[in-house]
Amino acid sequence: MRKFETFSGVAVPMADHNIDTDRIIPARFLKTIKRTGLGVNLFNDVRYNDDGSEREDFILNQSHYRNSEILVAGDNFGCGSSREHAPWAITDFGIRCVISTSFADIFFNNSFKNGLLLIKVTPEQRDALLEDAARGENARIEIDLENQKIVRPDGEEITFDVDPFRKHCLLEGLDDIGITLQSDDRISSFEEKQKQSMPWMQGARV
Amino acid sequence: MKGNMMDGPKTLFDKIWDSHLVEEKDDGTCILYIDRQIIHEITSAQAFDGLRENNRPVRVQDAHLLVADHNVPTAGRADGIENEESRIQIELLEKNAKEFGLPFIDFLDVRQGIVHVIGPEQGFTQPGLTLVCGDSHTATHGALGSLAFGIGTSEVEHVLATQTLLQKQPKNMRITVNGKLPEGVTAKDMILAIIGKIGTAGGTGCVIEYAGEAIEDLSVEGRMTVCNMTIEAGARAGLVAPDQRVFDYLEGRPMAPKGAAWEQAIEYWKTLKSDDGASYDIEVELNAAEIEPQVSWGTSPEMVAPIGSVVPNPADIEDPAKRETVEGALEYMDLDPGQSLTDIHVDKVFIGSCTNSRIEDLRSAAAIAKGRKVAGSVYAMVVPGSGLIKEQAESEGLDAIFTEAGFDWREPGCSMCLGMNGDMLEPGERSASTSNRNFQGRQGPGGRTHLVSPAMAAAAAVTGHLADVRELAADVAE
Ligand code: SF4
Repeated sequence: MRKFETFSGVAVPMADHNIDTDRIIPARFLKTIKRTGLGVNLFNDVRYNDDGSEREDFILNQSHYRNSEILVAGDNFGCGSSREHAPWAITDFGIRCVISTSFADIFFNNSFKNGLLLIKVTPEQRDALLEDAARGENARIEIDLENQKIVRPDGEEITFDVDPFRKHCLLEGLDDIGITLQSDDRISSFEEKQKQSMPWMQGARV
Repeated sequence: MKGNMMDGPKTLFDKIWDSHLVEEKDDGTCILYIDRQIIHEITSAQAFDGLRENNRPVRVQDAHLLVADHNVPTAGRADGIENEESRIQIELLEKNAKEFGLPFIDFLDVRQGIVHVIGPEQGFTQPGLTLVCGDSHTATHGALGSLAFGIGTSEVEHVLATQTLLQKQPKNMRITVNGKLPEGVTAKDMILAIIGKIGTAGGTGCVIEYAGEAIEDLSVEGRMTVCNMTIEAGARAGLVAPDQRVFDYLEGRPMAPKGAAWEQAIEYWKTLKSDDGASYDIEVELNAAEIEPQVSWGTSPEMVAPIGSVVPNPADIEDPAKRETVEGALEYMDLDPGQSLTDIHVDKVFIGSCTNSRIEDLRSAAAIAKGRKVAGSVYAMVVPGSGLIKEQAESEGLDAIFTEAGFDWREPGCSMCLGMNGDMLEPGERSASTSNRNFQGRQGPGGRTHLVSPAMAAAAAVTGHLADVRELAADVAE
């Protein structure tokens, strides 16, 4: 995983609440067997017309948002299915950070595992950032994970909380599986114990 | 240390969590042992790739069960799979099962079906164990007292490699449904009413334990319907304390413990309930007697109402953001404020999905379909949850009831729940569906979904519009 570095970028405002994973990446694009290449289908059904041409009224089709790296969203972003294709599509498009007041649990987990930073802010802070984002390229926002702050275009800083473990993994670009396997002995002794106390839990052949 | 690790009354969830804790780090991140995982074709290919790239084996082969469901055709499958992308995914699942030595059910096997239907059906799902699947509706398995939740593909890989997950302990929430459900009101109506009450983010960060007389009265299948849609309330998992109904359900299933192991398991399973005085972070109570048959009118499962009511008027909503959301939903759904729900005509009816495709769902839909005809303007399909359910239904003659009424009787899979396999809504079409999500485009781009119970779906099929099943049921009685 690529290390997460401080950056400043254009933010795209999407104020709708409950933007679900079917909207982020409709099910018919889950037929892929790869993690990459989903960016073109991000928000597919609201982004394109039936004939495949772009819908002018969709915000990511407007010239100053095409290279957005930050998304500022309404409440409960990412609700719905467990598809990791949602963060894959978002990051493949080039977005590295989503800011909202709340996120759905599975989406939250999936995002951090793919180097996508999710930041929770208060409704007032979100509304202010939505206003910044509405100014497109005229208002770049800085995301500083190390110091846990968002720097607004006028220089004002918004600090945020982040789970220390997730922060560490993002900054170092670490892979969870490698970290967990450091506890291999403990996992093995758990398995031994369970084999004794709950023998029926052992696997079941088809 | 977290309060629930201390001696004192524990919730059911705390008990299962604590018994699977391998390690807790200072910041509260836990390594949680995962007993079982079900794997399907849509969310696993990239996980197996990850194992190969890093040269990692599967830690415990027998802990997994692989089956294709999301993308399988529901007709003519013996002739092979026409859609190339689907075929590649399904073939890849089998290839991965063989390469890593994992238990696998072929898509032509009679035991094939939707992951959340076949787990319990095969006895793979059991009380007190931790179970995951790369699918959000894994919460279904909580109906048997298993701590079960959906995960993403990276986590599927994590479980394959380590048999654990990195997690923080969710909060405890209890929803108690007191009293008895009225005649004609089902588990589906109950869970829709619950989501209508607490909202789609009402359970975020929590595991919900369902309790109360109305929950105890439900069959194991009914409890699966309730737990299934827990994710639609934003929670990680749903749980019901296992009781004699669950033990009876499991006894003799192919993967359930046998002989002495069965006795030992039962003894343990009986301890799986919340202690008196256990505390919950959030408590909600409902009165079952007040629940009516529900339908969703909008584009989120919290947008539901009793069938006898009308489409809400956004002008009545004070919060501007909420008002806008409702306006947007009504525009997408092409509905007018104040319109009677029973005036809404449907083009398609879908009876199926991991929410409502089990035998009792099919029986309750068939009871309404019997002796009636699907309205001329409607296409209606029934998709059993598994090959075994299909067989059972056929042995009871349910298929004949459906086909005589004009329903299409299909082969098992996810089908029109998510419209990936070709069974889908056309733009602008409207469905009554027993599935779990009415998101924009969920059943096909531009499609409009009304979530209902199986009996209500059958009622919509035969009348051509959303209808109160209690009125039709009364007819039959006469
Ligand atoms: S039936 Fe629908 S909700 Fe259930 S597993 Fe399949 S796609 Fe997911």
